[in-house]
Amino acid sequence: METVWFLLVAFMLVGYVVLDGFDLGAGIAHLFVARTNEERRMVLRAIGPVWDGNEVWLLAAGGTLFYAFPLLYASSFSGFYLPLNIVLWLLIVRGIGIEFRMHVDNGVWRDFFDGLFSIGSLLLTIFFGAALGNVIRGVPLTPDHYFFEPLWTDFRPGANPGVLDWYTFLAGIVALVALTVHGANYLAAKTNGDLERRSRATARGLWPLLAVLTVVSCVATLFVRPPLTKNYTEHPIGFLIPVAIAASLLVMFLSLRSGNDRRAFLSSCGYLVGMLGGAAYALYPSLLPSSNPVFGDITIYNAAAGSYSLKYGVIWWSIGMIIAIGYFVLVYRMFRGKVTLQTGEHGY
Amino acid sequence: MGLAPLIVVLKTIALRNGNQTYNNAARFWMKIFGINFVLGVVTGIPMEFQFGTNWARFSQMTGGVIGQGLVMEGVFSFFLESAFLGLFLFGEKRLSQLAHWWSGFMVFVGSWLSGFFIIVTDAWMQHPVAFTRLPDGSYQVSSFLGLLLNPWALIQYAHNMSGAVITGSFVMAAIGAFYLLNERSQEYGRIFLRVGVIAGFIFSALQIFPTGDLHGRYMAKHQPITTAAMEGLFRTEQGAPIVLLGQPDVEHQRIDNPIAVNKVLSFLIYGTTEAQVQGLNAFPKEDWPTNIPLLFFSYHIMAGLGTIFIAVMTLGVLFLWRNRLFTTRWLLWVIMLCLPFPYIANTAGWLTAEVGRQPWLVYGLMRTTVGFSSNVSAGNGMFTLLGFMGLYALLAIFFLFLVHREIEHGPGTQPNVEAQPITLAGD
Repeated sequence: METVWFLLVAFMLVGYVVLDGFDLGAGIAHLFVARTNEERRMVLRAIGPVWDGNEVWLLAAGGTLFYAFPLLYASSFSGFYLPLNIVLWLLIVRGIGIEFRMHVDNGVWRDFFDGLFSIGSLLLTIFFGAALGNVIRGVPLTPDHYFFEPLWTDFRPGANPGVLDWYTFLAGIVALVALTVHGANYLAAKTNGDLERRSRATARGLWPLLAVLTVVSCVATLFVRPPLTKNYTEHPIGFLIPVAIAASLLVMFLSLRSGNDRRAFLSSCGYLVGMLGGAAYALYPSLLPSSNPVFGDITIYNAAAGSYSLKYGVIWWSIGMIIAIGYFVLVYRMFRGKVTLQTGEHGY
Repeated sequence: MGLAPLIVVLKTIALRNGNQTYNNAARFWMKIFGINFVLGVVTGIPMEFQFGTNWARFSQMTGGVIGQGLVMEGVFSFFLESAFLGLFLFGEKRLSQLAHWWSGFMVFVGSWLSGFFIIVTDAWMQHPVAFTRLPDGSYQVSSFLGLLLNPWALIQYAHNMSGAVITGSFVMAAIGAFYLLNERSQEYGRIFLRVGVIAGFIFSALQIFPTGDLHGRYMAKHQPITTAAMEGLFRTEQGAPIVLLGQPDVEHQRIDNPIAVNKVLSFLIYGTTEAQVQGLNAFPKEDWPTNIPLLFFSYHIMAGLGTIFIAVMTLGVLFLWRNRLFTTRWLLWVIMLCLPFPYIANTAGWLTAEVGRQPWLVYGLMRTTVGFSSNVSAGNGMFTLLGFMGLYALLAIFFLFLVHREIEHGPGTQPNVEAQPITLAGD
């Protein structure tokens, strides 16, 4: 049952990164791919009806984590106290950046909220990447499974690391590039004209960097945390994951060259699923490794809620998520195709 | 949450009569709902995470129970709400009239479901049911339905949602009164007043009876210490009086300058004027709520304002029935000036519930002093508290500015704000 919930939490987090990832990426690219007011409105139109629903995946993932693995939720959220609170502030800033821009017809007002949207998206992405980096690298757990990390202590990952060291910073940069490409692919698929062209050019220009960073981050991970290869060597079927990542990158490259934006977007979805799936495969059954070898990791076994909760939770949780995915299919179908700037519709 | 059903009412009338005015009225409130929703989303997200950041020990011990309400809220209501809000706000031109009505209705259902799951969570902290303790001391659900059907949750939910509709209807009526007094957008002003006053009357009545009455009695049964502190009853009494006004002096255990009505408290709780009501002296001091004056005043502000609401709305309905509401300027003034009070009453009500639960985090099971994140230093706590205060102050300014703008702009104009210059005259 613990393993089932591990998969469900991983599913929620991957869903969040793939879905909210493209609107975060659109936000990062916002200021430089969209230059005129019309183009910026088009960016907001492209993500407007869906960004809020995408963000719900983060909330639902947090709730699922809380319900299934209370100890992990309690330990990691309090241990990452500062970065998590900063993430919450950034989520607020970014949300109003998207939604308040349209309300006043004034250039200064619009620029202000464009800036909030873009800077908020950029910093959030770096923080999310660094968070994943922290989980992979491990944190200084004490015997009662708690820890507290300052923002930065020194830049070398050791037994008592901070939230930001060179490894987690690298993870943040990988996330930044990956989601920018992802968002640019989405915008290219959803828009027209200069905006479409610049978005595609952004994705093309960043592709080589993404490919290099992917390799560098894998090597760095082996260096920082050698035991992570254990699941791969014991169950070599896992090596299909890096193959899938490489294949996604290759398909993305070919699609970008031929200008097939939809396929490029789907391949960046595949890339993100592969990267996160690879990390989850390596971690299992750990949830939060300990950077200090004396004390054990937080695993699915010592963090799980009681068996009644887990057993019955699967039933209603699955029903709820199937319905929720149904809404998503409906909404995305409703707003499929390129966006236009017709007047007479709501905002942006 | 309170505005959503009122928008559904407006959309329903528009759908049945094919009346464009009601559609415009609904669209006007949709815009205000949209601004509220954004702020609700961005300030609501932190709460889901603050259980973990600031109340780690509590989360670790109770996650198997508390987590259920929170994850059900995400899975069953936030997805629903966000998906249909997107359709509702952006899809008016793409959807049929009926489908648009339906998406508005689903937003209403989503927001009310979300309220339910949060209340279930809070109700478990007030009145823990349907749980077992595991060997490591943590709690887990023992009955899925038992948790959802906690009697405390059902009563608290009814009381809370009724409070939300009161807020929505007072705001709607107040804006209507503002338009009539201002002699602009009068057609809409009358619609807002009619819907606001009727809904406000119904729910102000429901707020006191049966929901408030049931809540009070249930509380007296299960949290008698809280009831005693709320009412300022320091000593156990036969035929206990109800204190309408006064200042609790905890040190000398008495109410200063009391205005009290004899025997009413006994009657309200037990239905007979002679019943004995336990005072604070019947309980050990370490179980008393930690801030008795705050609790006393929160409760009295809530109950006092609730009484005023029913008076104002009864007058409103009477004058509406006699066809004089729209021309009675003094009453329009009263309705308009009531706008902030439901917000205050709701806040005071929540303070009553949460301050009243102290010193417990989970009533009778876990003290507040053991639930916090002991690995987070006070300096870090202060840092983030100040950050949130600053950010929320900014949000409040934006909120007031944007809602004010919509009200100035008025209903019935083109929905595309961007194309419209700021106008002061709506008609």
